[in-house]
Amino acid sequence: MSDFSEELIKSTTEDDQGERCELSGTGMHFPWLQKHIETVATGGKKEKDFAQTTSACLSFIQEALLKHQWQQAAEYMHSYLQVLEDSDSCKRQAAPEIIWKLGSEILYYHPKSNVEAFNAFADRMKNIGVMNYLKISLQHALYLLHHGMLEDANRNLSQAETWRYGEKSSSQEVLINLIQAYKGLLQYYAWSKKKMELSQLDKDDYAYNTASQNMLDHSWKTSVNLGALIQIPGVWDPFVKSYVEMLEFYGDQDGAREVLTNYAYDEKFPSNPNAHIYLYNFLKREKAPREKLISVLKILYQIVPSHKLMLEFHRLLRKSEKEEHHKLGLEVLFAVLDFAGCTKNITAWKYLAKYLRQTLMGSHLAWVQEEWSSRKNWWPGFHFSYFWAKSDWKEDKALACEKALVAGVLSGKGCRYFRYISKQDHQVFRKKIKRMKKLVKKYSIINPGL
Amino acid sequence: MDLDEAKEFKERCTQCAAVSWGLTDEGKYYCTSCHNVTERSKEVVNTGAIPNTKIQAINRGLKRKRKLEKGWDWYVCEGFQHILYQQAEALKTLGVGPELKNEVLHNFWKRYLQKSKQAYCKNPVYTSKRKAPVLEDNPSHSDWDSEPELLSDFSCPSFVESGAESQPDVHTQKPFPIIKASQSETASICSGSVDGVEYSLRKEKGIVKMTVPRTLAFCCLALLWQRETITLSDLLRFVEEDHIPYINAFQHFPEEMKLYGRDKGIFAIESWPNYEDIYKKMIEIATFLDLPRFPDITEDCYLHPNMLCLKYLMEVNLPDEMHNLTCQVVKMTGIGEVDFLTFDPIAKMAKTAKYDVQAVAVIVVVLKLLFLLDDNLEWSLSNIAEKYNEKNKEDKPWFDFRKWYQVMKKSLDEKKQKWEETRAKYLWKSEKPLYHSSIDKSVVCKRREMVVNLQKQFSTLVDSTPTIGKKSPSSFQFNWTEEDPDRTCFHGHSLQGVLTKKGQSLTTKNSLYWLSTQKFCRSYCKHVTTYEESNFSLSYQFIINLFSFLLRIKTSFLHEEVSLIEKRLFKTKYSKTKKKSSRSRKCDPWISNDVTRTLVRNTKSQALLPTCHFRTRCGAQKAVIQKALQEFRYSLKCE
Repeated sequence: MSDFSEELIKSTTEDDQGERCELSGTGMHFPWLQKHIETVATGGKKEKDFAQTTSACLSFIQEALLKHQWQQAAEYMHSYLQVLEDSDSCKRQAAPEIIWKLGSEILYYHPKSNVEAFNAFADRMKNIGVMNYLKISLQHALYLLHHGMLEDANRNLSQAETWRYGEKSSSQEVLINLIQAYKGLLQYYAWSKKKMELSQLDKDDYAYNTASQNMLDHSWKTSVNLGALIQIPGVWDPFVKSYVEMLEFYGDQDGAREVLTNYAYDEKFPSNPNAHIYLYNFLKREKAPREKLISVLKILYQIVPSHKLMLEFHRLLRKSEKEEHHKLGLEVLFAVLDFAGCTKNITAWKYLAKYLRQTLMGSHLAWVQEEWSSRKNWWPGFHFSYFWAKSDWKEDKALACEKALVAGVLSGKGCRYFRYISKQDHQVFRKKIKRMKKLVKKYSIINPGL
Repeated sequence: MDLDEAKEFKERCTQCAAVSWGLTDEGKYYCTSCHNVTERSKEVVNTGAIPNTKIQAINRGLKRKRKLEKGWDWYVCEGFQHILYQQAEALKTLGVGPELKNEVLHNFWKRYLQKSKQAYCKNPVYTSKRKAPVLEDNPSHSDWDSEPELLSDFSCPSFVESGAESQPDVHTQKPFPIIKASQSETASICSGSVDGVEYSLRKEKGIVKMTVPRTLAFCCLALLWQRETITLSDLLRFVEEDHIPYINAFQHFPEEMKLYGRDKGIFAIESWPNYEDIYKKMIEIATFLDLPRFPDITEDCYLHPNMLCLKYLMEVNLPDEMHNLTCQVVKMTGIGEVDFLTFDPIAKMAKTAKYDVQAVAVIVVVLKLLFLLDDNLEWSLSNIAEKYNEKNKEDKPWFDFRKWYQVMKKSLDEKKQKWEETRAKYLWKSEKPLYHSSIDKSVVCKRREMVVNLQKQFSTLVDSTPTIGKKSPSSFQFNWTEEDPDRTCFHGHSLQGVLTKKGQSLTTKNSLYWLSTQKFCRSYCKHVTTYEESNFSLSYQFIINLFSFLLRIKTSFLHEEVSLIEKRLFKTKYSKTKKKSSRSRKCDPWISNDVTRTLVRNTKSQALLPTCHFRTRCGAQKAVIQKALQEFRYSLKCE
């Protein structure tokens, strides 16, 4: 195994002498000049047949992969490998990555391929040029994971982790962190397995102590591995989750809270709903004050207004003492029901029916009208159509009753949905419907004067 | 890390049991698979005498440096000579007479060396340029002796005598005074050959420098001189099919001829030869060599258009009867004349016929005469033929253009697909990697090794049945039989459906013709016409595509040749002489005034005329002219 250090050494004697068409000192750069010189040198021919055939070969490979003809793909791959010897240094340097991607795909699916072949290929590719070492190592490890070879994957990651080559570029640093994090994830897996074993053991058992000690070792190593990656902006859900679980297990609540708060609130991180969900769940477990929970969910509400936690959010708001929270509670319910996925959510409808009544009783007609004004154009067609009335009644009569109440309150007695449901005669629901009619008569925001 | 040197060490690694050793900088062996370094070092293994590792390291360093330079002192022209030798050998195995190699090509080459002042002259270029010590009796002066076969017929320079050129005594003159190459090995500019650097810098006016493509021009000239049955397009196709050494020809140089540095630029080739390019080089070389008139191309020669037309008619599955028509066209255009066909480099305008392209162009013209190829008439004629064939199943079938098209289209598409696939699979890189300097030698070698290893891995995934190896060389690319419906043979079909009897002679039913180019470009752009595919009928496009694929040439190139044939055929149309019919009828009955008088211009397509240059317009429009078929008399001799 030997590295081709050409990317770093860059011998000037290569045929890329003309490639840098840069006038020394002026910093001017003429990319077209090189092409021009090439065409002159080759007698007006733009491209050598070598370049032409290899690019044709590449498209044949892609076509074969698309059609799942692994055999043909391997055949063309055999010829395509010669781009590694391309005299055009640009193409030569880009080649290893292409070859790795195509080759690993072929080896993954080819019926004659096996883990050994894949390993041999990965090991060879890692050492063609230094730029791809980490990327390939990581993908190699994922391949091994996919085949259930956890130990090999772990060994692979450890090897990659210790790999260094001169000055690391910034992209490589992220890769090293990622590799460490994956290693951490593997350790987490081992740890949680141990945790399972531990839970089955008796506390007084002599094995308990050694097992728990073992776990502690693991957790320490893991936290080192995971911690570094989590500092870097990005979406690291599985890593964060397992890290927090371990921290919590050992009672480091502050540490866990810090990680989660950072993950959710650091502005450098991309917007990520899961970050807020993790934080909320953690705070809930911690029995944090209601105010705090509300502030977390408020952000989630802005990112994902249809999330199922929103009903929980509504409950929190309802219980709050602040009036603005009560108003927000109504908004949240309306927003949840704006989504097609929630139209049959009976809890949401029940909450809305109940809360509408409560709000109107509290003489906050303006709140309701405010929410309704933007929806009155499309909710009747979206929720309260005749079709929905029929199908809801058929499928779920309780839901239909709740919806009918809301429909009656919001768009009056003339609403088709309300009319259809109120005409129904059913033993169980007779009483409910009667009550519904009464409520509508009382609270409907349409012609409240009548 | 020199893996070559470490090959001698064959013991198993104590750690991983692999036998794969490399050498560390200190000359110790290390295992390339587990990086375990042994205590044993190279020199100890070899001599067992030197205990001090430091001395070993120095020893080794010196040895290695010398290794780059080891090998014969050889000149660039020797390299080309070797390639020519290989190519001549390959041609011999293809069935070409041995005289080609021993006499013709050899003499051409000697003449080249003389003309370019590299040998056989009083002041070879090497001595005049540099005043280096001439070592007359250098032991490594084995250049000529190393090629005994090529030089075996030294005593018969019959060709050179006719060349009216004073011939210095070859035997007394040392061809190459040896200059001790004093390039420092570490310099980036170096070469394995003695004069590689100098050669690549040499830019003398009036000297045609040897290049790898020019070796093919030499071969083609020799073939033409011998009037062999290989055309230029055949030669280039054989090159592409690897029957004639060209790409990586340097691979087969003797082991002692080391190539690196500037030699790479001279001998490494990454493109297949191109017809137009080699054709130009042929003329260039023949002029440079000042060759006399070539042997006459007469009617019994393979290169005569009549012969080639017959060959290509067979190749593309057209009826044999069409040969009479092609002969007629050849006669009328005068392209069958000896003076037209014979190559004469000394003539004012040195040019040779593109025999194969021309023959194919004649066939295209005949197809246009018979079927018009306007996407209309050929199909209605096919309908007639189809009906006739259904009714008369016993008779000789009439040629059905549609059926022929279907068969050809299918075969052509298959052939093309296969051709593209084999091209994509072509392995360009030689087993002997070429490097620029000693610095990147190890990198290049390692890269080569890596590629070989990876190739090995992927070849295990390929089906165990190896793809059909080298195709045996053949001048035919298609194969037609009566049995297979996909490869129906049309050779025996008759043209009765498209011909009518008129008195004693036969004429074509079709009385129209359109010119591929109406106005020729007379600008300085060198091309005479352009080919914009979409301006032409689909059947014309198909036929042009078919033939240009067969010859591996560009479609525009063939279109141009078709236009040139038409120019000869319809002389009056182009010269625009509107003289009375009686006069012209006398001198040439074919081109009658009727042709010009009844010219019908297709106004619609004229609007589409592409403008080529500010002065002239290259015609791609269809000028439909009515042929005076009463005048178009030809006798079907076989009838």
